Amino acid sequence: MNIVEKILARASGKSSVSPDDVVFANVDKVMLHDVSGPGVIKVFDKLKNQGISVDKLWDPSKVWVAEDHFVPSAEKVSAENIVKLSNFTKKYGIEKHFKYGMGQYGICHTLSHEEALVMPGDVYVGGDSHTNTTGALGAFACGLGHTDVAYVLLNGNIWFKVPETYYFKINGKLPDHVMAKDLILKIIGDMGTDGGAYRTMQFGGSGVDDMSVESRLTLCNMTTEAGAKNGIAEPDQKVIDYLSSRGATNVNLVNGDDDAEYAKIFEYELSEMEPIIAKPFSPANTTVVREAPSVELDKSYIGSCTGAKYEDLEAVARILKGRKVKIRTEILPAAISIYQRAMENGLLKIFLDAGVTVGPPTCGACCGAHMGVLAKDEICISTTNRNFPGRMGHIESQTYLSSPLVAAASAVTGKITDPRDLK
Amino acid sequence: MKGNIIKYAQDNIDTDVIIPGQYLKVHDYAELATHAMEGLDPDFHSKVKEGDFILSGRNFGCGSSREHAPIALSYSGIKAVLALSFARIFYRNAVDGAFLLPIEIDQDAYDGIAEGDEIEINVSVNEVKNITKNQAYKMKPFSEIIGKIITAGGLFKYKPDQD
Repeated sequence: MNIVEKILARASGKSSVSPDDVVFANVDKVMLHDVSGPGVIKVFDKLKNQGISVDKLWDPSKVWVAEDHFVPSAEKVSAENIVKLSNFTKKYGIEKHFKYGMGQYGICHTLSHEEALVMPGDVYVGGDSHTNTTGALGAFACGLGHTDVAYVLLNGNIWFKVPETYYFKINGKLPDHVMAKDLILKIIGDMGTDGGAYRTMQFGGSGVDDMSVESRLTLCNMTTEAGAKNGIAEPDQKVIDYLSSRGATNVNLVNGDDDAEYAKIFEYELSEMEPIIAKPFSPANTTVVREAPSVELDKSYIGSCTGAKYEDLEAVARILKGRKVKIRTEILPAAISIYQRAMENGLLKIFLDAGVTVGPPTCGACCGAHMGVLAKDEICISTTNRNFPGRMGHIESQTYLSSPLVAAASAVTGKITDPRDLK
Repeated sequence: MKGNIIKYAQDNIDTDVIIPGQYLKVHDYAELATHAMEGLDPDFHSKVKEGDFILSGRNFGCGSSREHAPIALSYSGIKAVLALSFARIFYRNAVDGAFLLPIEIDQDAYDGIAEGDEIEINVSVNEVKNITKNQAYKMKPFSEIIGKIITAGGLFKYKPDQD
């Protein structure tokens, strides 16, 4: 069995599973946030009216809650959702609630690795499509809607159809000007936004072995944009070290068997990679940066679970050091722990000296929620994950998706810029 | 189940256009319905009638896991979406929350059914009938688990132990 089959077999109490088997898998961790949380509360109210007990959760210690989409609250509906969420965690005894303004908080998918909340081999579900991100730690990490999350909270399990696995064998080493974001954009461009639909996208090979855990997180994050059920990389010593340095103990590795089967194998060579962008209005609408249209950008947005991890901010700082931005540029570190490290290591000074506005952790404008949304006709280059019409604001705004390096280089020139071409 | 078609002849209709991100904070189902399809068709709310079906291309509902998407369509009156294929979370949400039926159709049905056509969906024989044009098409059968959850009326009413 491959790693996903092994995890799902273990979680459903079976000796083996195969693609298309339907299993009820026991869940190890479940996440909700300020959008899916109030949705769950609504489902609970409905169930109560139908006479179904919602008095207690199956295991509050396995549940954690993030405040990320609409925080800090910009208006009263969002503020009320945060109050609802706080009442919910208090009522059900959920201790892991990361509240803004109270130390560590941030984007749910970022907290999953920053706080070592998910372990290799876990079945981890969350009320957010980018839950796929955390598969980079070697977990089966899958996004669900809030009815399904409510079901997990009450029952501790959920049905899955065991997915086929597409294996991406990545060879070589990332060149200095290329990031994992470029690779995943390239893959999505090749496959289309439904090319991985209902499947696992697994990343392996010497290129992935060589990559940092945070780069693997970027790869798995955007498997969602290829329609995948989950993304995963086999865990290794780097994952153990990453989680251990964040307080985890007894990290055990789960790996696929030597004779694991994959539905298809795709091969990519990193040394040949170039910086890639996705043009409006699809993450699959990709081109190499040096062939990008010559548009006048209004904004560079460096944020989200995809593009504001510490490694992403370091890359941005390499470009912005000693330079000034020419267009509005926002950097929103994805969690307070990252913000703090950026301060301690001098990154914030580089950003502020360059003229950037540094904001608080939030999903913010990535999903058009608040904190820098786009006006009609505005054109933005962004380290985020989606660029559908209206995604970051006005329906007639445009978003180009890029790596943090390209977003930073473009902030300096005001045009879509390959970092190698920066003077 | 009978209804009239609202056709969006395109692929990859994503959840950001079905219900734009700014409304994710809204959890009043009736209010969400007033913003359904706002990112693609601002006239949707005025033209949709109770019992209508949407017809669209490949990968309907791609993008976010927001259950707001099937909720907004369902509370607008949409009883089924017919599409060449569906994104997985939209499909799951539609079924597990019992909001609407996701019906996978083939290219002939997609090409043959037009805006306003009256359609009858007969799940028991996996058939989609175009009453207006007197044509019949096969729909892709639901998988076993999906069929059972739909029959039960949603995931919470489905009892796996009794299988």
